[in-house]
Amino acid sequence: MAEGVVVTGMGIVSSIGFNVDETLHSLMIGKTGIGKISILETIHRDEFVLGEIKLTHQQLMEKLGVDLNLPWTRTALLGVWAARQAYQSAGLSKNSGKRIGLVSASTVGGMDRSELYYKDFLTDAIHKSHIDTHHAGNSTEMIADDLNIHDYLTTISTACSSSLNSIMFGARLLKHNLLDAVIVGGTDALSRFTLNGFNTLMILDHEHCRPFDATRRGLNLGEGAGYLVLERTSDAIAGKKQVIAQVAGYANANDAFHQTASSDNGEGPFLAMQRAVAKAGITPQDIDYINVHGTGTDNNDLTEGVAMKRLFGDHVPLFSSTKAFTGHTLGATGVIESIISILSMNIDKVFPNINFKEVIEEINFVPVSQLTDLNINHVLTNSFGFGGNDSSVVFSKVPSNISRS
Amino acid sequence: MMLAPTYIDGSGAVVPQPTVNQDKFLEEILEYNERFLQVVSPVYKDYIDVKLLRRMSKIVKMSIVSARVAMQQAGVDQVDAIMTGTGMGCQIDTEKFLNAMIENGETLLTPTSFIQSTHNTMGGQIALMLGNKNHNLTYVHRTFSFESALLDAMMMIAEKEAQKVLVGGIDEITDESWLIKTQIDYYKKHACKNSEVYNDLQPGALSGEGSAFFVLSADRSEKTYAQLKGVSTLYKPRSNKELEDFIKRFLVTSELGLSDIDLVIMGNNGDPVFDRVYEDLATGLLKTIPTGRFKHLCGEYDTASSFALWIASGILRHQHVPSTISQHPFKGRTPKNILIYNHFRNINHSLILVSTPDAS
Repeated sequence: MAEGVVVTGMGIVSSIGFNVDETLHSLMIGKTGIGKISILETIHRDEFVLGEIKLTHQQLMEKLGVDLNLPWTRTALLGVWAARQAYQSAGLSKNSGKRIGLVSASTVGGMDRSELYYKDFLTDAIHKSHIDTHHAGNSTEMIADDLNIHDYLTTISTACSSSLNSIMFGARLLKHNLLDAVIVGGTDALSRFTLNGFNTLMILDHEHCRPFDATRRGLNLGEGAGYLVLERTSDAIAGKKQVIAQVAGYANANDAFHQTASSDNGEGPFLAMQRAVAKAGITPQDIDYINVHGTGTDNNDLTEGVAMKRLFGDHVPLFSSTKAFTGHTLGATGVIESIISILSMNIDKVFPNINFKEVIEEINFVPVSQLTDLNINHVLTNSFGFGGNDSSVVFSKVPSNISRS
Repeated sequence: MMLAPTYIDGSGAVVPQPTVNQDKFLEEILEYNERFLQVVSPVYKDYIDVKLLRRMSKIVKMSIVSARVAMQQAGVDQVDAIMTGTGMGCQIDTEKFLNAMIENGETLLTPTSFIQSTHNTMGGQIALMLGNKNHNLTYVHRTFSFESALLDAMMMIAEKEAQKVLVGGIDEITDESWLIKTQIDYYKKHACKNSEVYNDLQPGALSGEGSAFFVLSADRSEKTYAQLKGVSTLYKPRSNKELEDFIKRFLVTSELGLSDIDLVIMGNNGDPVFDRVYEDLATGLLKTIPTGRFKHLCGEYDTASSFALWIASGILRHQHVPSTISQHPFKGRTPKNILIYNHFRNINHSLILVSTPDAS
């Protein structure tokens, strides 16, 4: 059971890049993907900014060359795009004899189509092929069919912490030798449903979000997908695979405080971080950098800060939120920030928490606001969501005796 | 897949049959002649604070009652993890917010139904009710949802990360979701007698809803009445042989042969097209084994296999196969090993194996 799990492939699509290299480039030059709304059809176009992928549904289908007769949702298209990259970068293939699985996450599933066709579903059902694309598992099956994956699939939905939980569950499937490789991550497209939902909660900033800033007013929503390929360390070494990072520790805890708000003492976030660090077999002092959840809402950043203070005391590691780059991508956020964390570790640089100016007095610590060199061996990433679901994952640098691409 | 011994110490169900606070075990069935079946509401206030009750949606109430019943039966007031599976999640709240948004052109919206629309609402509300800060996950993959939750629970027990895990499957039906799925022949358009559903010729399944929760335990105790031996899923088999191989392989991994299985509970749902998959197995690979069916009791829903597990573990507890689940009076030996086989439109297939607790 002590068998380790490593990352052997990555794929990512978000408003800051359509692959890993473009994502890294945007992070290095401090280029945000958040801006005026031009794709989502909503009456709030001039009110909010979003991290949109600037391709229409049609353009996405054409770009991916998918079968136009199939009922695609935007969520599935984004997922296919990122999952194909991960699959290829890990050098997976159909005929390898490996048992390959897919564990994907989504919060709204096919809502981007359902909200367009809902009244039609109830009456003429001209768009009836989209009726069964609503459920959250649909995008997972579209991805599985695209990559010809049969050995195992499932879908996770724990609000904004969803895709960190895919990583955890996938790692377990490998440890129990139920699979040989597993594609883990998540996908969520922007929809009017989520934009209006978050708007009713009054936690959307009309301007660019300012995570961990005293003047923060809320979050900006984004969209995207990200996937990692995980394999057992021994298999990756035996197969001479590129090994990108170790999945060192992970934990999931519940705040058990309120359906949407976090507790004042950040109990759930504290427990998730504490247990993830313990599972990695390291101490909090060994964490070099934290990619925080840092949504930019009043409640999240304060309680996450309080939880960090509880765990790290006076020695809070360097940290930043990259949500001012990508926006909050909901079910995809955990894996997108995992990929950002891994990139950060592998080039030994902390990406900046852009838009930060003023310290939050109650917690009195400062996120990294400029691209900063730092030797990173262990990185912690957090995702917290409605329902009190809090998750943290620790990635560690691959030891030099294992091949690193 | 053999993981580590996993025992069932308690179970609770809220389904379209009387299952809460019953001395009898499915001795009689409620007959319906409806378009879809809805749960028999338990006395919710016996289980949930009246002040909270008013704000809770049906699916949350169903979940909490069945979770509480399972925990009472197991004699535990806390668990090390909470795993839920739901195919469609909180449909009532999703519809409320979606309809309001469309009808009011994205204006005049209130947050309540949006907040309660997320799939992890049930898992979150149970954690809140128990003050439980442990591992908490929600699986949302159609008829793999409950199975994924079970597998995760078994893995956590095998890893010794949990001693007791609360696992449940929940789905709710609404007028709109029923109507929408009649458009694609997933559900029957017209009322149908549940007792005669397997002979109904309308396309689609008789739809329903329900919730079933279980307390799984790493150790056998005086509360233990069944052992969960395994769970496995198969996606889009490319041939009948692949399906048969899947069943055979599952039994081999569970260290059992076909002759060791005393009863197969099948997920027939009255859909004349897709029930053939069950019939082919019942007259083919599984022909020597007595079969039972359960969806005339609860209707079809994505996590109906959780109710099948409630029935199977109930049979092991009561040492009796209720006549309401079998076509013919059950003449086999008292069951020790029960296999549950379910599929969704020949896409998502699953197996669950439950046995009398071993002697160790």
